[in-house]
Amino acid sequence: MSARAFPATLIQRPVPAAITVMAVIALSSYSVAHFPRSIVAFMLFQASILLLYFSGVTPWLKAILAVLTLGLLMPILGTINGFYLEVAIQVGIFVALALGLNIVVGLAGLLDLGYVAFYAVGAYTWAIFGSPQANRFISETTAQFPLPPEWFFVFLLLGVLTGAMTGILLGIPVLRLRGDYLAIVTLGFGEVIRVLANNLDKPINLTNGPKGITPIQRPPLFFRPVLNLMGIEASPVTLYPLYFYFLVLFIVGVVILVNRRLENSHIGRAWEAIREDEVAAQAMGVPLVRMKLLAFACGASFAGVMGIVFSAKQVFINPESFTFLESIGVLSMVILGGMGSIPGAILGASVVTILNLQVLKGLSLWLNELRNAGVTILGYNLADLPSQFEPAKYERMIFGIILVLMVILRPQGIIPSRRRTRELREK
Amino acid sequence: MAALLEVRRVTKRFGGLTALSRVELELEEGRIASIIGPNGAGKTTLFNILTGIYPPEAGTVSFRGRSVLGLTPDQITALGVCRTFQNIRLFANMTAVENILVGMHSRVPLGLWHVLSRDPKFHREESRLWDRAAELLDVVGLRGKANELARNLPYGDQRRLEVARALASAPTLLLLDEPTAGMTQGEARGLMALLRRLIAEHGLTILLIEHNMRVVMEVSDRVTVLDYGEKIAEGHPTEVQKNPRVVEAYLGRKKWGQAPGPEHA
Repeated sequence: MSARAFPATLIQRPVPAAITVMAVIALSSYSVAHFPRSIVAFMLFQASILLLYFSGVTPWLKAILAVLTLGLLMPILGTINGFYLEVAIQVGIFVALALGLNIVVGLAGLLDLGYVAFYAVGAYTWAIFGSPQANRFISETTAQFPLPPEWFFVFLLLGVLTGAMTGILLGIPVLRLRGDYLAIVTLGFGEVIRVLANNLDKPINLTNGPKGITPIQRPPLFFRPVLNLMGIEASPVTLYPLYFYFLVLFIVGVVILVNRRLENSHIGRAWEAIREDEVAAQAMGVPLVRMKLLAFACGASFAGVMGIVFSAKQVFINPESFTFLESIGVLSMVILGGMGSIPGAILGASVVTILNLQVLKGLSLWLNELRNAGVTILGYNLADLPSQFEPAKYERMIFGIILVLMVILRPQGIIPSRRRTRELREK
Repeated sequence: MAALLEVRRVTKRFGGLTALSRVELELEEGRIASIIGPNGAGKTTLFNILTGIYPPEAGTVSFRGRSVLGLTPDQITALGVCRTFQNIRLFANMTAVENILVGMHSRVPLGLWHVLSRDPKFHREESRLWDRAAELLDVVGLRGKANELARNLPYGDQRRLEVARALASAPTLLLLDEPTAGMTQGEARGLMALLRRLIAEHGLTILLIEHNMRVVMEVSDRVTVLDYGEKIAEGHPTEVQKNPRVVEAYLGRKKWGQAPGPEHA
């Protein structure tokens, strides 16, 4: 090929790609370690993971590199700057949410604007029983609650179940609805769950209302004796972020696996058929009711289990965490990434979370610094800026502009769903 | 021999319009029957009732002696009745082979657990499905286009893919709604040859809505004529051809053997 193709071969041909990717990963992790407070360095590290995904590195090497970066480098960098680990955990949580919503919206084509409700149901399930809250309506005197931390793992499974059940509960009344009507009802459902959480503090105090629930049990540090044996003395303060990071990483792994298996099966194909043409799908033998409920249940179960993790991680939850804006946030991740595409949902969730937590925050901090320093741009002194134009208020606006531009310029998303995941091969 | 499909006094109204009025139809196994009639005669409405898309106001429909009224379309498909649509309704953003795989849904003996665990049964069934899909693509002559998106296929291919998708559900009774619409005379003849072969090889029974008279006369064992929702004639193609009511209602406006005009495209 011509010289123009040279940069492309660097990441496409297996051997040069392996060298390039490893160099970028090494360089970026080194720069994060060296400049632990630099947003740019950490973003370079995140980009290197993306580069690894898109590169033409041989699959087995790719897997090894992915495990090394996510399983080793990321936690190490996370101990250097704890905020990065928090970012990674948040990304993981939202990846699972986006993948769940991707089943409902992307595959089955059922627009759900109240998805965060399932997340809330999961979060409250553990919050109520993993804190003294349950004593208030079960038995004030015996004080059986909070449940011991080991129960957290039981509740992870319970989160899947309660999520799925809530999904079916929502699914049944909306089975006959399509498009706009479905969206409105799901929106209402999301609000109902939030309002319930806000008001179920009387007559029986289930959710403690707007005050929220705290302290919620965190999962047990069952591996601590092993660490002690190895001579590592780590305090819970440093252990818990790492613990949650690996927990989230594990759950995300399971979620991706389940998602892929569903997608490449008759169930996934039936969902897509429903999205394409409901009447034709049913005429071809796809049981609409069962398949739609299954889509709602599967999508919701991912949110349910992540809700459990979220409440344990935060130690405190209140209805504020489950607003309509959260649902829209997750939906924008799915749309930005590419509807119906698993890598798209993952990337969309990562990009949006990182944008919100780091890039836009960093930008507004920087603008604020400029303003406080009284820098003059084009003859205008930024210090004169009225408070209505406070940089912190730009964050949402810039995010909005990015969304609008993306939808206009690349409506299929960053990584569009690759339709031919499995092709019929000639024998 | 008992009829495979029995339609008795079926009536369907849309508001003030009577789309079907006491229509009777009987179809024996292994036959090709056609329903003809001018536009708006109620042909597609009858198909929609047979496949459970909407219920009739009165009358009965039974398949293999069992009433299918009240069943959902997917249940009827599982019983062995499958259809194509007049205005092609493929899953446009899925590939040709995936369209066929969806058609097999009611014949997939796998549950959620098999899918999630990917046990040997899953792999066995999945590869059986793909093999069968490849076969069906061969049958309709679309093997080379297995991985093309349905919406990118030429019109004639889309029609044939719809037939293949309907065949994928292993039906006993195949309902084809204007399968040759928009096809050239040669393509139409090819499709009909295929249908005859399917009947011979698989014991299929076919009910056809068709405007292409040459096709109707060539392949049908029986022809039913509908006009304004009423059955006005029935019988062997040559008998129907001579029926004065038919000539008056429908054929009088058109000469025999002519290709359909552009209004059917």
